[in-house]
Amino acid sequence: MTKEELVLLHKTMLQIRHFEHEVAKAFLAGRIPGFLHSSVGQEAVAVGVCSALREDDYVVSTHRGHGHVLAKGADLKAMMAEIYGKVTGCCKGKGGSMHIADFDRGIVGANGIVGGGIPIANGVALAAKKRKNGQVVACFFGDGASNQGTFHEALNLASIWDLPVVFVAENNMYGMGTSQRRHQKVENIADRAAAYKIPGAVVDGNDVLAVREATLAACDRARRGEGPTLLECKTYRHYGHFVGDPGLYREPGELEAWMERDPLILFRRYLEKQGVPAAALDELEAQVIEEVREAVDFAHRSDEPAEETALEDVYAPTEAGRRAIW
Amino acid sequence: MMREITCREAVREALREELQRDEDVFLIGEDIGFYGGTNKVTEGLWQEFGPERIMDTPISEAAIIGAALGAAAVGMRPVAEIMFVDFIGVCMDQIANQAAKLRYMTGGKVTLPLTIRTPGGAGRSAAAQHSQSLEAWLIHTPGLLVVMPSTPYDTKGLLKAAIREDNPVVFIENKMLYNTKGPVPEGEYVIPLGKADIKREGRDVTVVATSRMVYFALEAAAQLAAEGIECEIVDPRTLVPLDKEAILESVAKTGRLVVVHEAPERGGFGAEVAAIVVNEAFDYLDAPIQRVCSKNTPMPFSPRLERFITPQVEDIIAAVRTVMG
Repeated sequence: MTKEELVLLHKTMLQIRHFEHEVAKAFLAGRIPGFLHSSVGQEAVAVGVCSALREDDYVVSTHRGHGHVLAKGADLKAMMAEIYGKVTGCCKGKGGSMHIADFDRGIVGANGIVGGGIPIANGVALAAKKRKNGQVVACFFGDGASNQGTFHEALNLASIWDLPVVFVAENNMYGMGTSQRRHQKVENIADRAAAYKIPGAVVDGNDVLAVREATLAACDRARRGEGPTLLECKTYRHYGHFVGDPGLYREPGELEAWMERDPLILFRRYLEKQGVPAAALDELEAQVIEEVREAVDFAHRSDEPAEETALEDVYAPTEAGRRAIW
Repeated sequence: MMREITCREAVREALREELQRDEDVFLIGEDIGFYGGTNKVTEGLWQEFGPERIMDTPISEAAIIGAALGAAAVGMRPVAEIMFVDFIGVCMDQIANQAAKLRYMTGGKVTLPLTIRTPGGAGRSAAAQHSQSLEAWLIHTPGLLVVMPSTPYDTKGLLKAAIREDNPVVFIENKMLYNTKGPVPEGEYVIPLGKADIKREGRDVTVVATSRMVYFALEAAAQLAAEGIECEIVDPRTLVPLDKEAILESVAKTGRLVVVHEAPERGGFGAEVAAIVVNEAFDYLDAPIQRVCSKNTPMPFSPRLERFITPQVEDIIAAVRTVMG
């Protein structure tokens, strides 16, 4: 990778970090309705995976999906406005934080149901396989989702049909408030790949380059028609399950230890070692902060959707679809 | 004389024609290919179209619906089969939380041309997990279209419309009707979703009946005609969208309504029809509306108990007599 490309990875991680911080601030100030699952701490997974994808590849995301969606190229302003529930949002204020999608950028959608997206990723991949266009689907899910039945059904189907999916198990050590050692006996979710006779790999999810390398290898395999890979990225969520979660389930010192392994700190250190001046990185961060502030401002100033729009988009506007609303 | 074919053949013809017509159409389900389908509905299609278009899956209903809906989201036109409607219990998240809502949640960014075919209904002593009529679960979920045909003619024309539809459609066949014959023309035709069909005209009582109950209602009407009571049998054919106009028009003529369905009465489609008629045609009603439905129990195994639980011709006759006063 060139230095510019490396800096771009850092920039995207910064975007996610500051986006999430601003969203959390607005949420705690009561400006954002609903609830919020922050991906702060997991930026390297989102950016490492998405940087390995082609523009026409797809991602299937989760309830903790802001990072995935930003890394795949979603517009900051449209996303922020969506989280604010505004008409200018990418889903016109009907999806919100948990259902952000942007089909034009290959973002099939975040999902409010843990494990709900995994079978859908297969379908997108099946279409790619039928059309022989070399597209790959990156399917994100958490350690919690790896205990859902859909995980088993979908990985089994993807393996027998050699579907071009990279199953990205984003292991942040907790399924909501239940730690991984209390919710599954295996230490590595990737070990479950053996059950489907597909490759499984464990990577440091806080090392953006390691995630990227592993994803590239999985994508190559998928594009060669050899089928899916189960890629486990070990990481940690700084905010807990939702913004406002007191995190009483954490071990003493656990958060602090992970904060020292903050993916942004690690990668900044790496970039500086590669000769990127600290001042340039500071300037980059200031730029990102400004961009995110503009997005907040845009969202804040945008209008709420008109009430009657709630009745739109339930069905595609076919004759039957129009008549199905009564 | 028009040829007669069975509902099974009607489904197969519709599938074959749409597979030929559109390369994006493919079938996905359990044992629908090499085996030919548990009800032999898809027999021969695997040989004709090959395993890439008639896709046998493991027994994984959530994976089936997920794969179909994911493919539909990027422009394919899949037809998924769920072997018995009862099995939607294991993939209801994919149907109700994903397929039904994806368009809405994305503000209309995605179109889902997805058809889910599945047989329902009692009559074979298949007991509590293979005999249900679950349309109420589905019509209660905004985002889905729900079709429930009775005749071979309707089955073929409506299934073709469902496959061409740009919205998720659940197409509920009736396992007891697969061998039922009826006239179906040779040439191609499509029946638009959302149009009821008057299966028998009559001036005295409107009987709204779905799926296999259409035949029971026709039998009841034949018997009642001998006593001079003329029933008008309205078959909605699709429950969402519902042809309210056809029902209201019939009630305006007869002033009396009986709703018949095989699903349990409580919270069922009949309650919806009754509410619509009460709200929109109250002044036309000469008698309280009667519902003829299954009792509110799981489906028993014993043939005797199954018959007792489900609506019979004599129950429809009794209900018609009640509304006639």
